[in-house]
Amino acid sequence: MIRYSTASVVALVASLGAAQAETNIDWWHAMGGELGAKLEEIAQGFNDSQDEYRVTPSYKGTYPETMTAAIAAFRANQQPAIVQVFEVGTGTMMAADGAIVPVHQLMADHGQDFDAAAFLPSVVGYYTDGDGNMLSMPFNSSTPILYYNKTVFEAAGLDPETPPTTWAELEQFSNQIKESGAASCGFTTQWISWIQTENLSAWHNQPIGTLENGFGGLDSRLSLNGPVQVKHWENLKRWSDEGIFKYGGPVGADNAAPMFYSQECAMMMGSSASRAGVIANSSAYELGFGMLPYYDDVEGAPQNSIIGGASLWVLSGKSDEEYAAAAALFDYLTQPEVQADWASFTGYLPITQAAYDAMESFHAENPGADTGIRQITLNEPTENSKGLRFGSYVQIRGVIDEEFEQLLSGSKDAQGALDAVVARGDDLLEQFQAQNQ
Amino acid sequence: MKRTIFSNQLLPWLLLAPQLIITFVFFLWPAAQAIRQSFLREDAFGTRTTFVGLENFVRLWNSPEYLNSLQVTAVFAISVTVLSMGLSLLLAIAVDRMIRSTRVYTTLLVWPYAVAPAVAGILWWFIFNPTIGIMPYLLGGLGYDWNHIQSKSDAMTLVVIASAWKQISYNFLFFLAGLQAIPASLREAAAIDGAGPVRRFFDITFPLLSPTTFFLLVVNIVYAMFDTFGVIDATTEGGPAQATNIMVYKVYFDGFVGQNLGSSAAQSVVLMALVLVLTVIQFRYVEKKVAY
Repeated sequence: MIRYSTASVVALVASLGAAQAETNIDWWHAMGGELGAKLEEIAQGFNDSQDEYRVTPSYKGTYPETMTAAIAAFRANQQPAIVQVFEVGTGTMMAADGAIVPVHQLMADHGQDFDAAAFLPSVVGYYTDGDGNMLSMPFNSSTPILYYNKTVFEAAGLDPETPPTTWAELEQFSNQIKESGAASCGFTTQWISWIQTENLSAWHNQPIGTLENGFGGLDSRLSLNGPVQVKHWENLKRWSDEGIFKYGGPVGADNAAPMFYSQECAMMMGSSASRAGVIANSSAYELGFGMLPYYDDVEGAPQNSIIGGASLWVLSGKSDEEYAAAAALFDYLTQPEVQADWASFTGYLPITQAAYDAMESFHAENPGADTGIRQITLNEPTENSKGLRFGSYVQIRGVIDEEFEQLLSGSKDAQGALDAVVARGDDLLEQFQAQNQ
Repeated sequence: MKRTIFSNQLLPWLLLAPQLIITFVFFLWPAAQAIRQSFLREDAFGTRTTFVGLENFVRLWNSPEYLNSLQVTAVFAISVTVLSMGLSLLLAIAVDRMIRSTRVYTTLLVWPYAVAPAVAGILWWFIFNPTIGIMPYLLGGLGYDWNHIQSKSDAMTLVVIASAWKQISYNFLFFLAGLQAIPASLREAAAIDGAGPVRRFFDITFPLLSPTTFFLLVVNIVYAMFDTFGVIDATTEGGPAQATNIMVYKVYFDGFVGQNLGSSAAQSVVLMALVLVLTVIQFRYVEKKVAY
């Protein structure tokens, strides 16, 4: 019911940005605060670089809100040319082939020099179809890393320059930290779904779903109730009971970062894009960076971590001039200087090899800033570790959080909780498949 | 009732038109759309639509999450209603006894009603935040480890308190007005006959308050079921593990976040039916059976 009123409000807002002499396109995004200001600066840079096209960025709220607004606008025929969609919305966007214009096609149609090979495969792989064609433009990609408090490590008698590399070490360090009284909890984490389930699977080369984690088609189903994931969830529950791990809440875990900042927890696994925020809040102690821990008894670990973040999608139903403008903007966004500026300011990963090279001096001056990129490029991605692509994935992430909470409250064991994730997730995938076939 | 005879047939329709148009555009048309959508299966962008009959409803009744949501809604609505009505009745009785300070207390007690549900939610979220809130700190001192992020009962307690707090003002005003409408002579007569304050309340005051109480009962149930979206969204977002996922929040989440429009529409049709039932109860049963 409410959907229609949302659509009309969106339509009204869209009509306010009326056309001028140059071709004007809208770019809806979900970057608030400092990130939003930086994005506007980039858009301004594009507008100043030429006088044919003009892009107007508008902040539309959180990722789900932005995506919902774009979908409602599309249904009311008032869609923006470009919309930023988070990685879990990728499956939904990709399945909507009548609603989107693939980026590889857009670039070819408008004569933009576009070399897919220039992009970092572990970033772009997430957004390409089965034939290797890029469907959306990666914009802000990050990957989870380990942040740790060197001051607490020292107080606990640990070497502050050595973060744990395996989960066994992490457990041992946490116990030592807790017993010595240097901090009351060993570690916390953002994103149980993204970090402790999806990335855990990729990092240990375990499948998240069938058919190459969903890349192979809509009839893919979940398979993340394998032995490694079950063992890990079991451990998290045990560590939570022992008090060395503290749960920070569902989705991105709002309470994880405050527990790390206040030195309650000595370590936190979080997005590499949180780097600037973590540094800003860690003036009271020395901060260290490390890769995600792994289980050394799992063959092939560590493999490589997978990305999160968002990409830019082009919606259908626009004029040729508007698409030319979108193509020109994408060309601008992939320039090494623009990429390097954005990546070093935000902590997001550069998307091209040239941008990565341009950041060499930045990485040399900022130790730890390249942890994320080293992690995603650690090995050639396998079919288990190039990403995931499922429909209704926002809801499936919700299911992961809920079942993890069932595990913590003791009403299910790890196997039961992960089996329930698979059963409930598969039901959503079945419905999604029916809706999109 | 006063009757007006219009000589012109068009004029009455014209006079009614603004209200009729608003009702049609904002209530009837969207409701019809929801009913239509509830029989369809559609992808998010609306490019593929299939008629699936009652499948969306069948799925709901077979879904443990939806049945859980029904149960959560019932527990939540009853707790909010009992808590907010009980507290406001106590406050109204207390204020009713005041002679000079009634107005001051009334004004103070009405304040929370002016707070938007989302703001109320944020307020309570801060107070009860397990990491930075004051209440978990105090409760920790008493030996209780408050954590509404992990504990289902803590989460339910939090949303019930936040929602009930907001409704106390409204209930208080009606109870106070109801109390003041009861003639003092009745209570005085009972007092002369030797009835104590408790006896006077249960034998005289409470029965005479019943119209107000029944009215508030329906209003509070409707409030708890439909107007608490902001509180839930700002505090628990339906978690942990769907422990506070009331029906209205589930409609929003499945439709707006999950883009499953068919299921979301079917759920809103179920809600519509519930509102109808509540309205019928209010008009047919309550208004007739309650003694004024």
